[in-house]
Amino acid sequence: MTSHDLVIEAEGLVRRFGRTTALQGVDLSVARGTVLGLLGPNGAGKTTAVRILATLLTADAGYARVCGYDVATHAQQVRQSIGLTGQYASVDEDLTGRQNLVMIARLLDMGGAQSRRRAAELLEWFDLADAADRTAKTYSGGMRRRLDLAASLVGRPEVIFLDEPTTGLDPGKREDMWDVIRSLVADGSTVLLTTQYLDEADALADEITVIDHGRVIAHDTPEGLKRVVGGQTLEVRPSDPSRLEETAAILGAVATAGVVEQPRNGVLSVPVAGDDALPATVARLASAGIGVTELSLHLPSLDEVFFTLTGRTAAHDDTTQHAEVA
Amino acid sequence: MTLDLTTKPRVRPVSGTGPHAVDGASRRPLPLVRHSLTLAKRSLIKTWRTPEALIDVTLQPIIFLVIFVYIFGGAVSGSTSGYLQYLLPGILAQTIAQGAIAIGVNLNTDLEKGIFDRFRSLPIARSAPLVGAVIGDVARYVIVTVSTLATGYVMGFRIHTNLAQAIAGCLLAVLFALSLSWVSVFVGMKVRTSGAVQGIMFLIVMPLSFASNVFVPTSSLPGWMQGFVNVNPLTHLVAAMRGLFQGDPLGNHVWWTLAWCAGFVAVFLPLAMRAYRRKV
Ligand SMILES: Nc1ncnc2c1ncn2[C@@H]1O[C@H](COP(=O)(O)OP(=O)(O)OP(=O)(O)O)[C@@H](O)[C@H]1O
Ligand SMILES: [Mg+2]
Repeated sequence: MTSHDLVIEAEGLVRRFGRTTALQGVDLSVARGTVLGLLGPNGAGKTTAVRILATLLTADAGYARVCGYDVATHAQQVRQSIGLTGQYASVDEDLTGRQNLVMIARLLDMGGAQSRRRAAELLEWFDLADAADRTAKTYSGGMRRRLDLAASLVGRPEVIFLDEPTTGLDPGKREDMWDVIRSLVADGSTVLLTTQYLDEADALADEITVIDHGRVIAHDTPEGLKRVVGGQTLEVRPSDPSRLEETAAILGAVATAGVVEQPRNGVLSVPVAGDDALPATVARLASAGIGVTELSLHLPSLDEVFFTLTGRTAAHDDTTQHAEVA
Repeated sequence: MTLDLTTKPRVRPVSGTGPHAVDGASRRPLPLVRHSLTLAKRSLIKTWRTPEALIDVTLQPIIFLVIFVYIFGGAVSGSTSGYLQYLLPGILAQTIAQGAIAIGVNLNTDLEKGIFDRFRSLPIARSAPLVGAVIGDVARYVIVTVSTLATGYVMGFRIHTNLAQAIAGCLLAVLFALSLSWVSVFVGMKVRTSGAVQGIMFLIVMPLSFASNVFVPTSSLPGWMQGFVNVNPLTHLVAAMRGLFQGDPLGNHVWWTLAWCAGFVAVFLPLAMRAYRRKV
């Protein structure tokens, strides 16, 4: 890949807020038409990185280019090409959904009729047509988030920044949001999304950059990262607790490591690899006649990822970081 | 959300020219003017939606006119009707100047909201959201002017010049408020809380409206105060309006008022913009 194909490139980004150093030298790169997942716990610096790339903040050191333009010196050109869905909805609560979208279209120099058409299209697409003429104040959290995403897509941006797009959405809406993101990418957009969930990054991203305390601690494909942090875990709860032993034996046969753990009462869990672990387990349980009330495949949680990568648990509060920096 | 893929707008694969150019949105001239007007419309919608925010500026001139004319009119000027003729331009100037306080207060709270992040990520002039908000406030000033004049008319106030001059007087008042709003916007950008903006602006507008010719002729004030009263921009505005409404001698009052307006804009618009850039 030539550097021409890199739509987002950042090197050595540093940003301080008073005594807190939110970013201490972050490198990022995203190729055209791909999704980068920026994974990190609370206070890792995800939002700060996104805001610098979206020209809302300036970096204290390092540089970043979006679509070939330096975000510090050519902010206006960068803004031509980006759409930002921030962590907190950036819509005008006193305007209706439609008025919000039309206003943005007008600010992007679309004509009146074209603006109204674009707004209607997006409202339809995001299932907001019925609520289009209500003020955004009356929207639920999920509706506001959708309106916010719609607002950032008005100008059909080449590059889309999504800061925790699914936080606060129920599981069904979360899947819908994933579909939207996939279709944007299918249409040629480049996406940088931040998330606190490995499964989300795994489902959407071509590459994942893990940051913690303002530093990149891993950069890999989802597969590579999963190899490092230990892939998936299979959890099974036999409906008849007396058959726990038997179930454990079956699981032992599909597991990558022989250890069958019992994290909760009546639930067995084993590390597995490959796509056939689940069907193989189901087949063996069925032929042994063991009924199950729970059967699930999990990716490691962010905590587990961090534990593997750094040897310590992720700092979830900002005070820990502050103390460390000070 | 149900995704109906058939109606899904396609995000077109875009070439290096940027997506907004793709959609036939040519670079039309005067982007700052266009974007500011779009954002002024946003302010108008908000004003329209919350008419209760206009109550203070519409009721205050009515209450002030009634109180001052019927309580002090006899004592100050010998007749209530004569005092009404004298007082109305003053009350209009005072209220419209107070009306300019609101914009700083509103922008101060607005700035904390996410929508300003959105504006900052769009390829528009940085100043457009502020300029748009100021322009949108014209509606409030027109409402103040109309409600004050209407109340005055009911109480017996009459224009003694002609329509053109009366309109010129009203426009001068609106222009004054627009220029003064930049002071308010500047304070709104500089000060942390909206309550403080309100307080500071009140401290500026209060002396302007009382140490002036609004209620009594300048000549009746103590000598040491006359120096201030004679340079007070509100004095010039009120004198100019008295000339344009009643045919009083105009002198240089219109020019002084316009000079003050130009001064407010020349000094406080750049200061406000600088404070806005710093803040975000
Ligand atoms: N405007 C600010 N003023 C002061 N400190 C800030 C500011 N913005 C961010 N920080 C600090 O910088 C650090 C990184 O914050 P950031 O919002 O980038 O984290 P994040 O990864 O987005 O976290 P979250 O998952 O909670 O959204 C935190 O310690 C935060 O307290
Ligand atoms: Mg964040």
